[in-house]
Amino acid sequence: MRQLRLLALGWAFHMKMLMRSAFNSLLGVVYPLFFATVAFFMFRAGDDPKPLLYASLGAAVMGIWSTTSTSAGAAMARERWHGTLELLVTAPTHFAFVLLPVTIAMATIGIYSMVATLLWGWLVFGIDVQIGHPVAFVLAIPATVGSIGALGFLLAVAFVRFRQAWALGNMLEYPVWLVCGFLVPLSLFPDWVRPISWVLAPTWGINAIREAALGGSPFADIGMAALLGSAYTLLGILVVNRALRAARTKATLALT
Amino acid sequence: MNSTRVFFIGGLASYRALFGWLSPWVFIPSLLVAPIFQILLFVYIGRSAGLASDEFYVIGNAVQYAAIPCLFAMTQTIAGERYQQTLGYILITPARRLPLFLGRALPVVANGFLVSAFALVVGGAIVGIDVPASAYAPIALVTAVSAFSCTGLGLVNAAVGFIVRDHSVLSNIIFGLLLVFSGANVPLADLPGWMRAISDGIPFTHGIEAARRLADGQTLVDVGGLVAAEALIGVVYGAAGYGLVRLMEVLGRRHATLERA
Repeated sequence: MRQLRLLALGWAFHMKMLMRSAFNSLLGVVYPLFFATVAFFMFRAGDDPKPLLYASLGAAVMGIWSTTSTSAGAAMARERWHGTLELLVTAPTHFAFVLLPVTIAMATIGIYSMVATLLWGWLVFGIDVQIGHPVAFVLAIPATVGSIGALGFLLAVAFVRFRQAWALGNMLEYPVWLVCGFLVPLSLFPDWVRPISWVLAPTWGINAIREAALGGSPFADIGMAALLGSAYTLLGILVVNRALRAARTKATLALT
Repeated sequence: MNSTRVFFIGGLASYRALFGWLSPWVFIPSLLVAPIFQILLFVYIGRSAGLASDEFYVIGNAVQYAAIPCLFAMTQTIAGERYQQTLGYILITPARRLPLFLGRALPVVANGFLVSAFALVVGGAIVGIDVPASAYAPIALVTAVSAFSCTGLGLVNAAVGFIVRDHSVLSNIIFGLLLVFSGANVPLADLPGWMRAISDGIPFTHGIEAARRLADGQTLVDVGGLVAAEALIGVVYGAAGYGLVRLMEVLGRRHATLERA
């Protein structure tokens, strides 16, 4: 119960902090809109404008990944810059419960981008997204946000040894948009790309949102997103335990 | 003679300082890997949309990606100095401002050109586009002119950095606008009229068009007008940027706000 309270308070606290940052809030909303606009123009001008609806839903979720990938890589390093890392690590609560709400808050900020992209597509490009299964749609969004936040958590702890972790996080923005099928169907990619897509939660998250919106069956995708999110969290906890033990042994917690 | 020294030595020192933070750990993922994935992203969207050839997207995105080094590095010349608390020392020197700021722009142009050229070669090789060997040198020239043009816009952005604290947000927004308006991914004919009018006045539009025509077999003479237009846009933005930098410097001194964006 205490852990749940900590997760909820940490999430609310970091949401407030992120919303004060122009980089995380304003840019997080606006930046994916540029890519969505280009994609909308391309699909509208192309041979077959039908994929426009497909792209609209995918573009809406792009922001959730963008806000996470560009910030999560440096989430742990940021605490180091602020001089708060040692305090957080020595707190009686496991450090994972401190870091996980940070990356989930980053993913949650992406919901603003999602709403903005859907509105942009509707107002400017006339893309009318009817939600086929509203309940499933409402379930798919937190499953996607949670699983992407968990992936961000894994990135944050995996990149802990790199001083320039933010650059590695930025680098992953386009590849995940690409291989998770945000804007183009996975069938267009070579076969060797598919297994990479399957182990990435955003693939299942975007599938769930699309299926829910288009009236399909999203529950298996929601389940897979939740399952992968849990796996990332467990893996992240193992990595963070190892990283912290090594840092304490070598007295390098404040160093990179 | 002193101005020449300030131009070259100052520019080189600034460029080396830039690499104080632009280490290989930043340079490789941000400026070598990311443009390749931007190219692949739009190549696959293009294949899905059935709009244009792979070559169209490789050239468009490779040239346009020069915006990242050109915009960010130029902004860093002002915002970076303020962050290091050295802006006041630079602006108090009696050195002439034109060589001081243009000297910092020259390495940025070179960096932007290298990033574009790398993306063009590697992205083209991965996707498998066919560009005639006779077009390599003219395309390299067009890419360099486009990097110069965007560095001019970067100087305007740097001037705004005097009064805007979140300069990275502004640079990202300009990058996004260039992506939409420059015709890197959407043929200009498919953009609304008001967008085409804007496209004509921004960096990359003419350079990308010239590079595509060169790849399709036209000569440098055929695209001379486009290259000249791209260069002219760079000169206009550069002059405007320099004027704005001087204005912001004067205003910063008058109101004692140099360090207070």
